[in-house]
Amino acid sequence: MADDHQLDRRGALKCMAWAGGGLLWTLGGGVPAGTLLGAAEAAARPAGGAGFSFVQISDSHIGFDRAANPDPAATLREAVAQIRALPVRPAFVLHTGDITHLSREAEFDAAQAILGELGLPVHYVPGEHDVQDDGLGAAYLRRFGAGTNGRGWYSFDAGGVHFVGLINVLELQAGGLGHLGAEQLAWLQADLRGHSASTPIVVFAHMPLWSLYPEWGWGTDDSTQALALLARFGSVTVLNGHIHQIMQKVEGRVAFHTARSTAFPQPAPGTAPAPGPMTVPADRLRSTLGIRSVRLVSRASPLAITDTNLA
Amino acid sequence: MTRKSSFALLAAALTLAAAAPAAAPPNAAAVHIQNFRFGPQTLTVPAGTTVTFVNDDEEPHNVTAVDHSYRSPILNPGARFTHQYAAPGDYPYFCALHPHMTGHIVVTGR
Repeated sequence: MADDHQLDRRGALKCMAWAGGGLLWTLGGGVPAGTLLGAAEAAARPAGGAGFSFVQISDSHIGFDRAANPDPAATLREAVAQIRALPVRPAFVLHTGDITHLSREAEFDAAQAILGELGLPVHYVPGEHDVQDDGLGAAYLRRFGAGTNGRGWYSFDAGGVHFVGLINVLELQAGGLGHLGAEQLAWLQADLRGHSASTPIVVFAHMPLWSLYPEWGWGTDDSTQALALLARFGSVTVLNGHIHQIMQKVEGRVAFHTARSTAFPQPAPGTAPAPGPMTVPADRLRSTLGIRSVRLVSRASPLAITDTNLA
Repeated sequence: MTRKSSFALLAAALTLAAAAPAAAPPNAAAVHIQNFRFGPQTLTVPAGTTVTFVNDDEEPHNVTAVDHSYRSPILNPGARFTHQYAAPGDYPYFCALHPHMTGHIVVTGR
């Protein structure tokens, strides 16, 4: 179900980063443009014809059991049902990390069982909550590391788009900023080399690749080096999770989008003493959770991004 | 405090009392984790002190040295972790699950 929003258009646009109501975000030729869709308008819009599409979900935190959401498995199942009900079947799902809450085998098992109901390929990157096993990420790599490079990063091509899954949650330092590291940056440079500047690029990682709110560790300390490698491309879309809320930023030809969680919300930057699970009234929880559909309209034109909540 | 953790505390106290040698017991101090914060954020102790980190929060946390020289397991609510600081110096640490949570143990000469 598309988001409800009770604000007028101007008010909604003003705070769309928070409301995220039926936001269609298009990006092409380096000039992105946002359009806010009403629920009816969104429903009436053709679902994309033959266009290539995929879905992003994030921060399922299977194993979390506190007041902010005592049953994140249930809300992940609802997200899966919502994806299955999409009018056009997406090619695959990206999970941008914090699959589990505490990196436990049983939590990974439960998450994979639920996501298995999608009947779609799922491409993962880990969050910091997925690399807390004794091997500091070994458990994640055993499950999801086949065919990846280095410590789990990888790329693939689909629908004319080059997808790059980066890992910025290893060797975190105090303060909490994400970190890519020299080895991964060298791999990225080599990986991008063979692609023409007109290839649309989608980069996905757990933590934001822009300095979103460093006071809470919401950024990546060496992201500027990654962005320098991406600078020659005409269309770069960066998808991440970690902060459990929708925020967007456009910098040159790069559009950054953080996604909602399927488990629980976190406070807006600076509105609480610290980040962490935020408890909202039970009847409001699902309006803070959601999935994101991304559609390639045509190879030469914009990626369209639509966030919908679980309400 | 729950009854269970009261018992745990009592048991820990009894164990300590039973194990304490006749000579001066080693120094002990504690850091408590509450609301995604280590408290006190900076703890100053004499060399040789054993610091107990107690998770009084509702969320799991951990204690990881910034230089990665030691690392606690994940501490569920109520769980604790001890580490002895032998030499003088500044020992920054953080929570690997929530890395914006940071603290310092400052160890002075005896």
